[in-house]
Amino acid sequence: MEHIRTPKVENVRLVDGISSKKAALGTLYLTATHVIFVENAPDTRKETWILHSQISTIEKQATTATGCPLLVRCKNFQLLQLVIPQERDCHDVYISLLRLARPVKYEELYCFSFNPKLDREEREQGWMLIDLSEEYKRMGLPNNYWQLSDVNRDYRVCDSYPTQLYVPKSATAHIIVGSSKFRSRRRFPALSYYYKDNHVSICRSSQPLSGFSARCLEDEQMLQAIRKASPGSDFIYVVDTRPKLNAMANRAAGKGYENEDNYSNIKFQFIGIENIHVMRNSLQKMLEVCELKSPSMSDFLWGLENSGWLRHIKAIMDAGIFIAKAVSEEGASVLVHCSDGWDRTAQACSVAGLLLDPHYRTLKGFMVLIEKDWISFGHKFNHRYGNLDGDPREISPVIDQFIECVWQLMEQFPCAFEFNERFLIHIQHHIYSCQFGNFLCNSQKERQELKIQERTYSLWAHLWKNRGDYLNPLFRDDPSQTQGTLHLPTMPCNFMYKFWSGMYNRFEKGLQPRQSVTDYLMAVKEETQQLEEELEALEERLERIQKVQLNRTQVKSKQSEPSKHSGFSTSDNSTANTPQDYSGNMKSFPSRSPSQGDEDSALILTQDNLKSSDPDLSANSDQESGVEDLSCRSPSGGECVPGEDSGKDRDSDEAVFLTA
Amino acid sequence: MEFSELIRTGQAQAELLRGPEMPPLRGTLCVTGHHLLLSPGPQATPDLWLLLLRSVDSIEKRVAGDAGTITLRCKDLRVLQLDIEGVEATLDIARSIEALSSLESVITSFPFFYRPKGLRLGESWHFHPPERYYKRVARETRAWRLSEANEDFSLCPSYPRAVIVPRTVDDDALARSARFRQGGRFPVLSYYHAPSGTVLLRSSQPLTGPQKRRCAEDEELLQAVLAGARPGARGFIVDTRSAQAAKQARMTGGGTEAKSAYPGWKRLHRPLERGRPLQESFVHLVEACGDLEQSMDRWLSRLDGCHWLSHVKAALSTACLAAQGMEWEGACILVHGAEGTDSTLLVTSLAQLILDPLSRTMAGFQELIEREWIQAGHPFQLRCAHSAFSHTRPKHEAPIFLLFLDCVWQLGRQFPLSLEFGEGMLLALFDHSYASPFGTFLCNSEKERCLCEVRTRTHSLWSGLNQPKEQRKLRNPLYAPNPLAIWPSVEPQSLRLWQGLFLRWTHPPEPSEVAWEKVWQIATDQEKTEGSQPTDSASEPQP
Repeated sequence: MEHIRTPKVENVRLVDGISSKKAALGTLYLTATHVIFVENAPDTRKETWILHSQISTIEKQATTATGCPLLVRCKNFQLLQLVIPQERDCHDVYISLLRLARPVKYEELYCFSFNPKLDREEREQGWMLIDLSEEYKRMGLPNNYWQLSDVNRDYRVCDSYPTQLYVPKSATAHIIVGSSKFRSRRRFPALSYYYKDNHVSICRSSQPLSGFSARCLEDEQMLQAIRKASPGSDFIYVVDTRPKLNAMANRAAGKGYENEDNYSNIKFQFIGIENIHVMRNSLQKMLEVCELKSPSMSDFLWGLENSGWLRHIKAIMDAGIFIAKAVSEEGASVLVHCSDGWDRTAQACSVAGLLLDPHYRTLKGFMVLIEKDWISFGHKFNHRYGNLDGDPREISPVIDQFIECVWQLMEQFPCAFEFNERFLIHIQHHIYSCQFGNFLCNSQKERQELKIQERTYSLWAHLWKNRGDYLNPLFRDDPSQTQGTLHLPTMPCNFMYKFWSGMYNRFEKGLQPRQSVTDYLMAVKEETQQLEEELEALEERLERIQKVQLNRTQVKSKQSEPSKHSGFSTSDNSTANTPQDYSGNMKSFPSRSPSQGDEDSALILTQDNLKSSDPDLSANSDQESGVEDLSCRSPSGGECVPGEDSGKDRDSDEAVFLTA
Repeated sequence: MEFSELIRTGQAQAELLRGPEMPPLRGTLCVTGHHLLLSPGPQATPDLWLLLLRSVDSIEKRVAGDAGTITLRCKDLRVLQLDIEGVEATLDIARSIEALSSLESVITSFPFFYRPKGLRLGESWHFHPPERYYKRVARETRAWRLSEANEDFSLCPSYPRAVIVPRTVDDDALARSARFRQGGRFPVLSYYHAPSGTVLLRSSQPLTGPQKRRCAEDEELLQAVLAGARPGARGFIVDTRSAQAAKQARMTGGGTEAKSAYPGWKRLHRPLERGRPLQESFVHLVEACGDLEQSMDRWLSRLDGCHWLSHVKAALSTACLAAQGMEWEGACILVHGAEGTDSTLLVTSLAQLILDPLSRTMAGFQELIEREWIQAGHPFQLRCAHSAFSHTRPKHEAPIFLLFLDCVWQLGRQFPLSLEFGEGMLLALFDHSYASPFGTFLCNSEKERCLCEVRTRTHSLWSGLNQPKEQRKLRNPLYAPNPLAIWPSVEPQSLRLWQGLFLRWTHPPEPSEVAWEKVWQIATDQEKTEGSQPTDSASEPQP
């Protein structure tokens, strides 16, 4: 709290988004965790909540007659412009936010104060939802060739690796330790995924310290062991996900890549995914395109192309496709690495896993995938997403790119994923929000030292609890369809990579489709299910009634005492209740009319939900039929007329219409 | 003329390749007057493969050894390859296809011979769209009347017999106004917007010429429009040319409304591409989409270089502007370009889809196309003579109607629940507008259709499409009537390449088809359950 110079500023105007011309007047509050803007408008009192950890940059702009503008860019791609009447207030807010957005200690992060009112047991259960040892069991491990190794217990060999790792049985501790000494940051080859259909593996590591000529017997033995762990195949692929040039440059620094001559039976392959700095700049360029006001089609397409973003996404996908094909079609094991093996390697391995294994395309499986390839293998969340104040050159949208790859796949295979776009967006949001402990720190070791599981809550439990919001209604859960690999066209298909406006422009509601097919279909499905249940209940009752009637006739025919079993009276009760329930249910069903469906809470996150945990996700709940507001991106505002035309002709009444 | 003169060979053995995802077909190839037939051998599937010759856009032949290959590029953007045994047979078949696919005579075209089972000739809801639409207007306002001044097509050869005009303007005045407008296309009602009591009109350019001629009746006509709307109503003329182009048109006798001559009317210029440049844009886009070799690096700039999406953006923007003027400004809107048969219709029909919920139903959309494109005199015969593969120099070809369909697809993507018809309907309309067994898109105007007796001697596409068996393909299972206007976003981020059309044959459509099936399944599951519920409740014995 000591960093807040001014907790409240009145008469602030907020311009939300790029396209909006309307400014809302309201009060700005700074709290220990959020920036909150409350509109003055008495009927709405609309609130905008921004977590400090979401703030990416704050820019003080030149003072105007109306006040001092403050431009706040968020890591979840929200853009806010605050206009504060007094220069002094503006400065105070600016200085406070600068400090609040850059915490120096983990304890300052929101997850340590966030309390979703769960008791201890519930919290612990939440952390147990995703269990990696279960996951390795599911893959079919341990088996004759692979075993759980405790060589890294207490992080003795590699401090950025987890303690529990699967390695080939024939790889002794001596080989592992020897190999680790020959690899950057001692990240030795370890199993990421076991493809049991072909008994082959995807392993991951960092680059070897080969320089121009160095060799390491243990490392060579390690790769040999990996190959021998798949007796069916006589070679393994070594995939270096870097551009060849970068890998060669690393040799000068005593690092580099495997020499095919030194390792027996390896096939070496480069896949040019650029480094974190190129990616950071590319995102920056793409976001500049997103921020253009009323761009022409050319501005947009050229800008998008020049940013190179989609090219980078394709490179990552290509890496995943290469690995998936090697494993499933060629039946060869693959060792994947880049430089340190925690960015591009994580991307490539997880995309490959997604293509290969339908389990990773389910809600829970996707959580497992992130837990395995990103969290446990030491992806540096803290550095990459700037949770604590640090070197800005470490920041890079590595996992954002992976999440986008998933979206691109979802666009291509609309029935293959159990989850929907919103699930991805919420995960992206929480990677930056620091509201849950999952993505804190740079490694498992650090998380253990911080006692994350005792002090914070797990995002996975939160998402799982609300899983109804994240289901894809088109998901085909029949096993014959979801088993197996996703086959992408073999031709280089550029058309499949599209700009993801649902992510990068997601706070520009005017740009999004105004009606949601997903939500509509979910509502319809739910309704169908309820009707079916209703139907079943009615059928049961009908049966009972028929039985009773049968009994009665039997009773009559037997001329005996009225039977004790009161089947009729119970069914009598239910007859009295059911019609009421039925009509009640009918009323509460989301109506098929979209304009009514919007208001129905069954369709959207409830308000509670939004307030307590996802205050700034409210944009997603907006599924208006999109009508009243052409926002200010109205076509008449867009300049479709070349200036020369409207300028030269005096007869033209352009201006009159626009000001009318 | 006998078709047999043009058919040079009876038959040949051939193998047909239909793209990467489809298995090849083998069998006997045969050319008839209107079709290319491939009848598979006894061992294969019993189905006969049939291609309407009219849908062949370009043909390429190659011979090597004692066999030949014919590549057919179709107007629906399909590319087919035929491997034929025998050099002579190959050349003969190629020549026959060439000759038969380019026949220009309307009355010998296939629709005049097509007699499908289950359809009756002369099913006729679509015979009188202006009359039908007038009934709707007349329920709301008395300011308009149905004029039959064009009964014999003498006022305007490209208008239908009946048009809707201001009640206070008599037929003589219409005749004079017609003489002042290119092609006789005087301002007529296109759409009456009941919520604001304003109207959408369309016409062609006024023939002001270099002397800035005026026409009192034309001015009175537009004056009467404003007077009929409400006292003090204003009007906007949306000219689909740039101000410069409109001015230049004076040199060739055309022009645009002078401000002083039309008090109450303001002019806006929204240049839309048409004609040759639009056709070229289409050709380039199809080329780019067929080029599977190119790298990701240049795809977006290549897409931009085609300008197609810019045209989509411009068309939607202009339609939104017209719709906005009516809905928000309470103004009357007159749309015209030069001839008033192309971009004018694009704007008026899109504006109606945005504003009018009825035009978003299956029946309403068909009526809109019948009224605003076919009867309004869009020259389909000229515009859709060739598609994107033709090697012949384009003369009058322009994919204006395709641009309209693309804009509708964009609307449907942004409002997936608000259109009763689905992508399948738009694809069917594209296919049929270029080559069809039905007569609906034949000829360039109502007058020509009357001369050829198209409406009595051919089947209507609408009766074909409205058969129950077609519905699953054409309808949008998600449709829920939306009584409001649907304002699309026209920002580049919101507009997409229409994959379903431009990549229909090169990009395997399977996943999306699977998704569509699933959507249908969910939607119909519900109907089934809903349907069964009342029966069971009804059979419930009362206690």
